[in-house]
Amino acid sequence: MKHAKTATQNACKLCNPLGACLAFRGIENCVPFLHGSQGCATYIRRYLISHYKEPIDIASSNFHEETAVFGGSHNLKIGLKNVSDQYKPKVIGVATTCLSETIGDDVPGILREYKKEFKNGSPMPILIHASTPSYQGSHIDGFHAAVRATVTTLAEKGEEQSVINLFPNMVSPADLRYLKEIFADFQAPVMLLPDYSQTMDGGPWGEYHRIPPGGTPASAIVSAGSAAASIEFGSTLEASKSAAGYLEEAFDVPRYHLSLPIGIKESDKFFSLLETLTGKARPEKYEDERRRLIDAYADGHKYVFEKKVILYGEEDLVVAMTAFLSEIGMTPVLCASGGKSGLLKKRIKELIPDMEELGIKVREGVDFVDIEDEAKVLKPDFLIGNSKGYTMSRKNNIPLLRLGFPVHDRFGGQRMHHLGYRGTQELFDRIVNTVIEQRQNASSIGYTYM
Amino acid sequence: MEANRIYPDPSQVREELIQKYPAKVAKKRAKSIIVNDPEIIPEVQANVRTVPGIITQRGCSYAGCKGVVLGPTRDIVNIVHGPIGCSFYAWLTRRNQTRTESLMDANYIPYCFSTDMQEENVVFGGEKKLKIAIQEAYDLFHPKSIAIFSTCPVGLIGDDVHAASKEMREKFGDCNVFGFSCEGYRGVSQSAGHHIANNGVFKHMVGRNNTPSKGKFKLNLLGEYNIGGDAFEIERIFEKVGITLVSSFSGNSTVSQIENAHTADLNVILCHRSINYMGDMMETKYGIPWMKVNFVGAESTAKSLRKIAEYFGDEELKAKVEAVIAEETPKVKAVIEEILPRTKGKTAMLFVGGSRAHHYQDLFAELGMTTVAAGYEFAHRDDYEGRHVLPNIKIDADSKNIEELKVVPDPELYNPRKTEAELEALKEKGLEINGYDGMMKQMTKKSLVVDDLSHYESEKLIEIYKPDIFCAGIKEKYVVQKMGIPLKQLHSYDYGGPYTGFEGAVNFYKDIDRMVNNPVWKLIKAPWEKAGNGSGLAASYVTQ
Repeated sequence: MKHAKTATQNACKLCNPLGACLAFRGIENCVPFLHGSQGCATYIRRYLISHYKEPIDIASSNFHEETAVFGGSHNLKIGLKNVSDQYKPKVIGVATTCLSETIGDDVPGILREYKKEFKNGSPMPILIHASTPSYQGSHIDGFHAAVRATVTTLAEKGEEQSVINLFPNMVSPADLRYLKEIFADFQAPVMLLPDYSQTMDGGPWGEYHRIPPGGTPASAIVSAGSAAASIEFGSTLEASKSAAGYLEEAFDVPRYHLSLPIGIKESDKFFSLLETLTGKARPEKYEDERRRLIDAYADGHKYVFEKKVILYGEEDLVVAMTAFLSEIGMTPVLCASGGKSGLLKKRIKELIPDMEELGIKVREGVDFVDIEDEAKVLKPDFLIGNSKGYTMSRKNNIPLLRLGFPVHDRFGGQRMHHLGYRGTQELFDRIVNTVIEQRQNASSIGYTYM
Repeated sequence: MEANRIYPDPSQVREELIQKYPAKVAKKRAKSIIVNDPEIIPEVQANVRTVPGIITQRGCSYAGCKGVVLGPTRDIVNIVHGPIGCSFYAWLTRRNQTRTESLMDANYIPYCFSTDMQEENVVFGGEKKLKIAIQEAYDLFHPKSIAIFSTCPVGLIGDDVHAASKEMREKFGDCNVFGFSCEGYRGVSQSAGHHIANNGVFKHMVGRNNTPSKGKFKLNLLGEYNIGGDAFEIERIFEKVGITLVSSFSGNSTVSQIENAHTADLNVILCHRSINYMGDMMETKYGIPWMKVNFVGAESTAKSLRKIAEYFGDEELKAKVEAVIAEETPKVKAVIEEILPRTKGKTAMLFVGGSRAHHYQDLFAELGMTTVAAGYEFAHRDDYEGRHVLPNIKIDADSKNIEELKVVPDPELYNPRKTEAELEALKEKGLEINGYDGMMKQMTKKSLVVDDLSHYESEKLIEIYKPDIFCAGIKEKYVVQKMGIPLKQLHSYDYGGPYTGFEGAVNFYKDIDRMVNNPVWKLIKAPWEKAGNGSGLAASYVTQ
């Protein structure tokens, strides 16, 4: 099966609108809305929920046969009106689907008409439109498209403030909470977008909520145009597609573009940037975290050194994880993604210039069958990626360390922490334990000290 | 215990549910929110479109066709023609299980095939890519069958999946390739997809292999999808009593079983909604009667087995059925007697599926629990009120869009398994052939029936009734649990099961006991405990 395939088997990517729905869920009082068939909203809800174990309401314009033929304007307006009346949202995030994009609905035009037609009704929510045709890119593109559309719709120029915009990429609620903690400890105001740390990982409800509490307030996003700087995680995210890129272009807010801070080196870059931007030294707490992490690297090196790993997932996660793994002496023999930015190899090479000598191979636009074919040749010690690699792991008897999205066959996917010294610590402990468990299982004696 | 529990007045509940809606929507919803009377069953509006912007439980036509009906057959390569999402979201998500006879047997269920349509395919057409995908699947697996599923953009750009399938089928000669026009925008819900799937399976698969099946008592099991291993338990029981399962539609099934299904002498239907078309069509073409059964619940299982034995009218089979029931019952009884004191008097709500909301009421009854409200996600009026209403169901634009196959008796293979007189005699014995009484006849007077329950209505019902358990799916699970009420998923079984037959009943009793008597719920303060008596919900409106 070495020949180039036309069809995809066991895809290593999800569709564009899913990412947009998740991003919109990170805005306070916002209802994500899919302009298309109701099945898209239902499938995407069930998929996000299987990972986050939290409810997520996604409205739909419920296309039917004649909507598909005559256009979705009428349904979109009814849907927006109903969502506005029922949920009283501050924001509705409208993302398109392959259906509405194929028929070529002019969504910005329909939204303008809607605002005119219903201006005298209940308070008009802010309407954001992200173009997310499922036949382009993958879920991560939809995520960035929604974040950029949000900023494009809301950000305004104002008097310069000390606030820093942080666009964290598609990371876990645990990661988001950690990022907020860092900024709080630096005593630096931050506009984190999106912030689904609470909406996708919250507590029981003492009172009814139409929309769960939490998320970035629209008012904070308005002032993104007057922020001191934007920090954006994601090595393959280009300025032309990113929120920080837009803010730099439209309002001269400087854009600082980093890899996801995983591992010592990349986390150092992030903390150094924070020190530069805030003019403050990092709090001692993070020095401690860093020292503990290095200490752990030293204690655990014998388990992980020269272990071969196949790594897969979103491109930015793969780049960051590759940097971290090579930092601890592991060899990602294959860095794979279903995404296809054309930048994956370039970005990895920038971080690890001697990647070829180290035996690091990079492939983008692949599916799990491609990865499995590679695994048969490369014989990795284990796999690192989302739950969808399980079949390959089981069939070839290679352990799978789960991270990223989706993780639906382990508990607590939403609380997996990947970023910064503390997140890296968690990842490192899990990696070492995967190796230990593997050795223990293989031992004929049954050692309890490994 | 809660034996003296006072239930809310359902008429008042109904008023409260609809009063917040503006007149037009209230009028529409009022027809779908009904106070039950099993004696004079009232009409329920069902299978009508969901209003845009109202968050529904429903899925799409593709989900019903590929996900539900075709998904569980292990040796068909199912290729989804469209962008990547649709195939990905249906990838093993229904938890259909299958058991190959040997390691060499084909099983494509763990795969997720997609043409991964890109922008250029949308602009210039995707048929060429589809044909290459079919060729690749053929070269790689040499499967007996390849099925093609159209997603939304396919219908719009005019790709002809049927022509492409025919071309490839003729080219291969030894692989049955066929397509489904199950674009997500067709019909009202996944129910449209079930119908489309029934038509396709009947047209392209059933009747292709006329080798007489072996066995004395031969039947097909229709509308059983082997979620959580349900089919394995039913197969175990069939084998024990000496019933031959020719084919299942479609849990744990294979292409050759389905192709040979018309050689069976009876069709038993579990999920009426998703498969009744198949029962009717096989009756007309081959003369095989169908009978509604239910293997969810120990008593229901016993009852269904007796019905099957009565149909075949064989004394030996009847005796064997009684022997098996006698053998299986003690272990079920031992468990229920231990659990019953903890579950008796509790209440349940079921809003799920097109049959499950009915079937699972039997299990709750065995647990001594009352179903205070129930409704389907995608059923039709006949699933609520019984098939006698079929002639009165209004044909609307949505149902007209789904093809009705013109089926006539097969000139060679039509063979009525029972004469009119025999059918009449069975009817007199209480055996309903080709009939289904629906859910409402079995529900108590003054229970509430709600079709296509909206998100708002579910919150309101929970607030008013405070049920001990709510049954729905993963989309509803976590919001209901945030209010301190356990939610049992009846699509995926919360990754448990099987729940059919005798062993399944035991599993279910234990699972429900663990849920409703779990100490964690005491840690969650429900909204109404804080807000006092109800009134926690803000006014809410919908427009049509």
